[in-house]
Amino acid sequence: MLDPDITLYRLHACPFCERVVRALDAHGLEYRSRFVEPLHSDRDVVKRISGKRTVPAIVDENTGVTMSESANIVEYVERTYGGDGA
Amino acid sequence: MDLGFEVVSLGPADHVEEGEQAPEFTRPLVDDEHWENVSLSELTDEGPVLLVFHPMAGSFPTTYIWQELVERGLEEVLTVVGVTSSDPYAQKRLVEARDMEFRLFADPANDVARSYGIEHDLDGMAGISEPRIATFLLDTDRVVRDAWVSEEWPEFPPYDDVEAAARDLAD
Repeated sequence: MLDPDITLYRLHACPFCERVVRALDAHGLEYRSRFVEPLHSDRDVVKRISGKRTVPAIVDENTGVTMSESANIVEYVERTYGGDGA
Repeated sequence: MDLGFEVVSLGPADHVEEGEQAPEFTRPLVDDEHWENVSLSELTDEGPVLLVFHPMAGSFPTTYIWQELVERGLEEVLTVVGVTSSDPYAQKRLVEARDMEFRLFADPANDVARSYGIEHDLDGMAGISEPRIATFLLDTDRVVRDAWVSEEWPEFPPYDDVEAAARDLAD
């Protein structure tokens, strides 16, 4: 199986992250989940890809987009993969 | 929780209810120095017990839940014990980190949560499940006197209600 184009950086039990999961699932998108540490200062892996330590963050190799903030990501997913956009 | 969007719903669980006898189990019970097999009935034989199912050690809801319960000083009133699908080493680090009097059961296979009807399979972590966040207040016959089980992911216990029921029962 090919690696999915989308990687989601998420925190266990984070409602903002689950919100993004729900949006990805709603559009039948394949994604890889990478779970990070609850402690903000321990999230260098996220900072390296997005410049910030906040989660959720996604990397979409399909479009070259990397972004943070659940509202932004949900809107991006809708815009890119929703309706007749795909 | 009001976050400005709908939190993920888990729906109602088919869980052990008030008035039923809580399922018996034996698991390693962990404090800050050691662990040993202890059965739930050994604890209820000594007095009422608040059984707190929490997410895995190290997760942020777990930190919040124990912070809150430590602040409420319920150990002076009854026995409070946690249960999750973490191993005893992780549970011991949690006890140490929160500097708490409460002891925690380690149940890596998550069978205890399953027997209480509150198993939660984790999306994105294949093969790993943990309990839903839940509290069961047990009397000395191990009968459930108060039960609360989360229906959202995540959702935190109604601490004031849980504390009031615990203090009532202990009186």
